[in-house]
Amino acid sequence: MAHSAMPLHQLVTASGTRVADELLDEFVSDLDDQTLRNLYEDMLIVRRIDAEATALQRQGQLALWPPLLGQEASQIGSVRALEHDDFIFPTYRENGVAYCRGASMGSVLGVWRGVSNSGWDPYELNMATPQIIIGSQTLHATGYAMGLVLDGKESLSLAYFGDGATSQGDVHEAMVFAASFQAPVVFFCQNNHWAISEPVGLQSHVPLAGRAPGYGIPSLQVDGNDVLAVLAATRWAAHRARTGGGPSFIEAVTYRMGAHTTADDPTRYRGVTELEEWGAKDPLTRMRTFLTNAGKLDDEAESAMAAKADAVAAELRAACINFPDPEPLSVFEHVYVDDHPILARQRDHYLAYLSLFEGSSPAAQGGAS
Amino acid sequence: MKLSLTQAINAGLRRALEDDPKVVLLGEDIGTLGGVFRVTDGLMKDFGSHRVIDTPLAESAIIGTAVGLAYRGFRPVCEIQFDGFIYPGFDQIVSQVAKLHARTRGAVRMPLTIRVPFGGGIGSPEHHSESPEAYFVHTSGLRVISPSNPQDAYTMLRQAIASDDPVLYFEPKRRYHAKDEVMLDAPLSTAPLMGAARVVAAGTDVTLVSYGPLVRTALDAASAAAAEGISIEVIDLRSLSPIDYLPVMESVRRTGRLVISHEAGQTLGLGAEIAATITERCFNYLEVAPVRVTGFDIPYPPSKVEKHHLPDLDRILDGVDRALGRPNSHSGMED
Ligand SMILES: Cc1ncc(C[n+]2csc(CCOP(=O)(O)OP(=O)(O)O)c2C)c(N)n1
Ligand SMILES: [Mg+2]
Repeated sequence: MAHSAMPLHQLVTASGTRVADELLDEFVSDLDDQTLRNLYEDMLIVRRIDAEATALQRQGQLALWPPLLGQEASQIGSVRALEHDDFIFPTYRENGVAYCRGASMGSVLGVWRGVSNSGWDPYELNMATPQIIIGSQTLHATGYAMGLVLDGKESLSLAYFGDGATSQGDVHEAMVFAASFQAPVVFFCQNNHWAISEPVGLQSHVPLAGRAPGYGIPSLQVDGNDVLAVLAATRWAAHRARTGGGPSFIEAVTYRMGAHTTADDPTRYRGVTELEEWGAKDPLTRMRTFLTNAGKLDDEAESAMAAKADAVAAELRAACINFPDPEPLSVFEHVYVDDHPILARQRDHYLAYLSLFEGSSPAAQGGAS
Repeated sequence: MKLSLTQAINAGLRRALEDDPKVVLLGEDIGTLGGVFRVTDGLMKDFGSHRVIDTPLAESAIIGTAVGLAYRGFRPVCEIQFDGFIYPGFDQIVSQVAKLHARTRGAVRMPLTIRVPFGGGIGSPEHHSESPEAYFVHTSGLRVISPSNPQDAYTMLRQAIASDDPVLYFEPKRRYHAKDEVMLDAPLSTAPLMGAARVVAAGTDVTLVSYGPLVRTALDAASAAAAEGISIEVIDLRSLSPIDYLPVMESVRRTGRLVISHEAGQTLGLGAEIAATITERCFNYLEVAPVRVTGFDIPYPPSKVEKHHLPDLDRILDGVDRALGRPNSHSGMED
């Protein structure tokens, strides 16, 4: 197996037992009970968001949805290690990260409903909008980090990407640039074991984290279903970035419990054994056991969390269903900052064309046949 | 046999794999999964993972390693999962695939086929609905084709794979499930040439040229117009590079009116080239300037409004009205 060659950092085992880790312990020594509970609550809410969105897709309210089921700890642990002015470059799957960054549910769903090509203002959340071109954003994160150095800012950028993405040239070039310029960027790879139907073993014969040192980038492999360990690992990388240590690479070893997207049928390429094996390592179950056994989580706290998850799910559903369709002429907007006479002419012609149908047939609403 | 467009492509790939041991398929998710559109369904099982190859996730590498395979005499058939994901492989296509034959004065051949599901109308997110064909038509050294129906999909794919030139094969993905009769055993030697355009509906008033996904729409427009007494001749280009101008010129010399429609944006799209060429070569026959009915010069819009971007039956008929100088079109806008 490709992943036995590096130590896998862990703080909470699959059965919910706290274990020591020489490197990571110091990065979570300050956490109080409330912070620990919050991590669990985040995961609970994000799982609920994911389930609700999946249901909305089934009901025809969303065109598509990329589930993050199973990856809650990787997403929550990493994003909760960051400061607000750290800048995130996510993929389409980081919808849990977006929630933690304060994205409204509507701004998360717009892309998946097909009303927009992005949701939020990147500068408000300090988070770029979801990247669909695999690997592209790792270069953007690197460039952003180079800019931080040029500006003398003590901050960092973090790029999320998947195991499949590590095969793209862009990701390798990003590591070359990041190392060359000692850019304060964190390469956060969620190895969920699958790139659609392709197992991670097709992408790499060594642990993904094992590649980074070849570029001069320190790396570690962390249990991606252990929210505490992911938080600690990301704090380790963030600390390096903030103190002039340059880039780091984290491989969060996790598992995509759901389909690639709602359009995918994973039964065509993977068996149930793997699912069962990873189901036993569930990130929420283990955190709940850990908290309960330590006396940090009682029924009252749990029902408060459940109520909050319900409220978020209700917000999500309402935002989805009440989305107005975009205006026809919105397709011409924002293509350029400044006036563009040729596009303006096309817009005027289309407006005139639409007005031909006014009061007549609904065919004016178009309809690709 | 009735086959869908995906099944016809599958049959074409199967036939090529059977006929020539040097044919290999490369792409993301084409093996075990059978492709995200199931175009390669069953092929890995039947021909082995050494010939139907699930590659790591890297388009530049898919094309670049196909170049190396071609150096060794293989005939690689590459699948690009969606139109919008071809760009990481663009450098290899433009700088190597297209130019190696000329660069080496004919010593090295690049018989690649690059399959690209393209076009919109399927309600997908960004990068999944693009029409990038003009970039490749603009690149010398590449042949570019796009079938509009299952029979052409089957025949033209076999011709593309057999061709010693590199061929970009654009699959109209929104027509993937359209079924039609396909003759699998007709010999290639009697089939229409890969580069030949075809008149798919005869007419006398207007010449309507299209390709790929919009051929169906153009035919529907012709039927609708016929009900109003307007006779449209529809030409399916089939080949985008080279363009077969003969049937277009022949038609325009009769009708005097030309409408060209495609999903890609207008500026420097196929319509621009066809309008220019027909104007040069049939100027004295044209009653009016050629009319283009195309997508707008915009990034592909979100799916809820893609219907406004895509030329549909009504917009094509409006273009026909313009070509005919009919008053209810917005043809007055000649600014
Ligand atoms: C350049 C490019 N090629 C292909 C695709 C199609 N595609 C979308 S997701 C995906 C797999 C990505 O796998 P991974 O990087 O592991 O991320 P995950 O989906 O598992 O989160 C592929 C091939 C794409 N979006 N972009
Ligand atoms: Mg993955």
